Amino acid sequence: MGTWHDYLKAEGTPPEWPYPVKFGEEKEIETDVLVLGGGIAGCWAAITAARNGAKVTILEKADVRRSGQGGPGCDHWCNVPGNPHSRVDPDEWAIQEMEDLGKFSNGIGIQIQCREDFDTLLEMEQMGGKIRDTDDEFVGVEGRYEDTKFMISPRYSAKAGYGTHDDWRKPGFNPPETRNNVVLRIWGSGFKPILKRECKKLGVQILDRVMATSLLNENGKQGNRVVGATGLNVRTGEFVIVKAKAVIMSTGGGSRALWVADMEHGGYDSTNSSRNNSSDNIYMAWRAGAKLTMMEGSAALRFGTGLKHKWYTGGADASYENVSLVDANNKVVPAPTQGWADGGAMFSNNAAVRADIKERIESGELQLPLYGDFAGMKPEEANATWNLMLTEESTTKVMVQTMTEAGFDYTKDQIMNYTYMELQPNEQYRTIRGGGLLVDWDLKSSLDGLYAAGGSTFSAEDHSYCAATGRYAGRKAADYAKGVEAGAVCRKQIDAEKERVLAPAKRSSGIEWKELHFGLNRVMQYYVGGYQTEHLYDLALEEIKRIEENAVTELYALDPHKLMRCIEDLNMIEHAKIKIQAMKERRFSSPALGVQRLDYPEVDAEEMQKYLLIYEEDGETKFERIPIRFWGNMKEEYEKHNPDYAGVYKPEN
Amino acid sequence: MAEKVYAIPNVQTPNVPVKINPEKCIGCNNCVETCQIDVFIPNPKKGCPPIILHPEECWYCGCCVTDCPTPGAIRFNYPLPLKPRWRTKETGEIHQLN
Amino acid sequence: MADKVYAIPNVQTPNVPVKINPEKCIGCNNCVETCQIDVFIPNPKKGCPPIILHPEECWYCGCCVTDCPTPGAIRFNYPLPLKPRWRTKETGEIHQLN
Repeated sequence: MGTWHDYLKAEGTPPEWPYPVKFGEEKEIETDVLVLGGGIAGCWAAITAARNGAKVTILEKADVRRSGQGGPGCDHWCNVPGNPHSRVDPDEWAIQEMEDLGKFSNGIGIQIQCREDFDTLLEMEQMGGKIRDTDDEFVGVEGRYEDTKFMISPRYSAKAGYGTHDDWRKPGFNPPETRNNVVLRIWGSGFKPILKRECKKLGVQILDRVMATSLLNENGKQGNRVVGATGLNVRTGEFVIVKAKAVIMSTGGGSRALWVADMEHGGYDSTNSSRNNSSDNIYMAWRAGAKLTMMEGSAALRFGTGLKHKWYTGGADASYENVSLVDANNKVVPAPTQGWADGGAMFSNNAAVRADIKERIESGELQLPLYGDFAGMKPEEANATWNLMLTEESTTKVMVQTMTEAGFDYTKDQIMNYTYMELQPNEQYRTIRGGGLLVDWDLKSSLDGLYAAGGSTFSAEDHSYCAATGRYAGRKAADYAKGVEAGAVCRKQIDAEKERVLAPAKRSSGIEWKELHFGLNRVMQYYVGGYQTEHLYDLALEEIKRIEENAVTELYALDPHKLMRCIEDLNMIEHAKIKIQAMKERRFSSPALGVQRLDYPEVDAEEMQKYLLIYEEDGETKFERIPIRFWGNMKEEYEKHNPDYAGVYKPEN
Repeated sequence: MAEKVYAIPNVQTPNVPVKINPEKCIGCNNCVETCQIDVFIPNPKKGCPPIILHPEECWYCGCCVTDCPTPGAIRFNYPLPLKPRWRTKETGEIHQLN
Repeated sequence: MADKVYAIPNVQTPNVPVKINPEKCIGCNNCVETCQIDVFIPNPKKGCPPIILHPEECWYCGCCVTDCPTPGAIRFNYPLPLKPRWRTKETGEIHQLN
């Protein structure tokens, strides 16, 4: 019941497309601040820009109510040293986080997060979001404070945030009295509907089911100020043209899709990556002439193929931060990766830990399969893990509900883990840090009129990073929009984009989007995979060129939805080309970037001190290098750029 | 048996990410609007359950179930290779989602 | 552009294991009979090229092409991720099947 085939059988004909088909038709809109992508970053940007007096429009591929990676939920509000229980200074913590996250982290974004994250969270509470245990459901849980009802996540130590740390396996590494208290547990599955409600209350114009496809430069010239964008309605095919004084890029990032197709994973790499995360930011920024950085980062393929278990249902990870992993005989697996006294066993990022466990399995000391031992936990901690952490985390709320209905009892049962059952164990791999738009202290890109927030910035972080940077970019873009006139869009640029976007809809046979996607995946797996050399990169670029000449020219879409997927894959092709060009330019190996080159095996100390910028000018690829700490003194620069920051929003009534 | 058999391609796999109970579903199309993927389309017959059109694009985010206003009208249906397993510690009995 | 848009699922991938030239194909359905998979079904219109019904089940055995009585009526079409590459030894030039 409910499948398309049921319908066909019953009716004898496929249903007609349920939405009006408007291929070729146009809709024009004018606004002050245009937000591309209505996920966590986009919503916060829209709300703040509207509160700052701007007329705001959002283009969102899905429905803002549940769109984006944060749509289903979020259980941890990270990097919130401004909370009353924090034991660290926000400015000092920002520096430590920036260093801890590796050489190429985003110091600007982290400073914004550390300074404004608590204000952002309090604004969420103001709008109706639940951020405290006001119902006393979790009394007695570690990290819960009775006075504020805040629940600190106890796994974060004063020495390290959520990066790896060599001392993690040592007993007593993270005693309660020295924890940094910078991460709060929150009830995030309610956040996204609240954000949409607030947007509507503030009069933000929301265009749901409209995918942003390109940026419009003033007078149509690449590198000029950004004065608007185009979009495609993914249900009707209507082409949308928006003129704006300022544009905020917040469509997320998404580079893993270059290597793997979503169909293999039930969502990219079985974690919480939405399958709508598809390089849209990279394509749009590149075409407009904005500078990108961190594009040379890559990741070894650590995924199996075939539908793998989802995040938290045993794939990649069936244990949780505080759930011990035990073997078939209930012997505890020695992997207290986050130093919590309970022996937090979340699958380790640390290669030595993984190698050690593998050795114990091969010697017979540990017997497969392994299990996440909920039943072995203190009951109140198991309750908090199952009913708060997992119930509120992205994509796991429904898993909790489904398993509970099926009889899983977190006080008695243990979830099976598959990590070590295959010869090549899947790594827990969930960072979203990677290539994106270069931004300055206003979160402005290298182009006037274009701002970036959340996963669209370079080296982006988590949910609360997206919230705080979105909120910040909304403020800055609204200020900018107040001081400028609308710029002139160019009909020629619009027509060229319309032609590009609608081309696949004009064909009804040839190559469909999935074959194109698989074709690109194969190029990346072969030539930009385990071994990397300049020659292999060149082969990849040549092959992508052939794909563009032979396959893209045959790409077809049967309806507006499939047209959206086609455009996503075209964006990924451009993303792949940019990435490979950047990798070629680096000529060194770098664990920090996930790049191991056979022709340049050494880490180049001088190069490691620089960000590589890549952009297009007059159709030519250009490179620049800037120092890795180009943002200067984080505390001073933040204060210099935000002298009038007013803290938590005060509603007028 | 069906009276008429059409020549149709294989269905996409997995094909049924959620199961809709037609007795309970009120055809409000809330799931159609919530889904960020457009897995569903509204049923041409008003008030009838939506049609699952793009099942293999589902990323199992669960929002259609979370936001459904009618309890029990829609429930999750993990495909075979994704069904979680667990063990009751005391008895050692192993269970799997059905 | 198509006059009428139906709501149909994504097509199976890969979708076109062979390309049939309608100018040359005589609709003899020899390929339909040769194929061990039933990738094809006969066209309801007599004398017209067969319909590819189960494209993603093709195992690229090639018998439909080998046994086709009409030269050039049917040719192989490896999907993108499967297209072979080769090199001319003397020049070092790299080629790939189109």
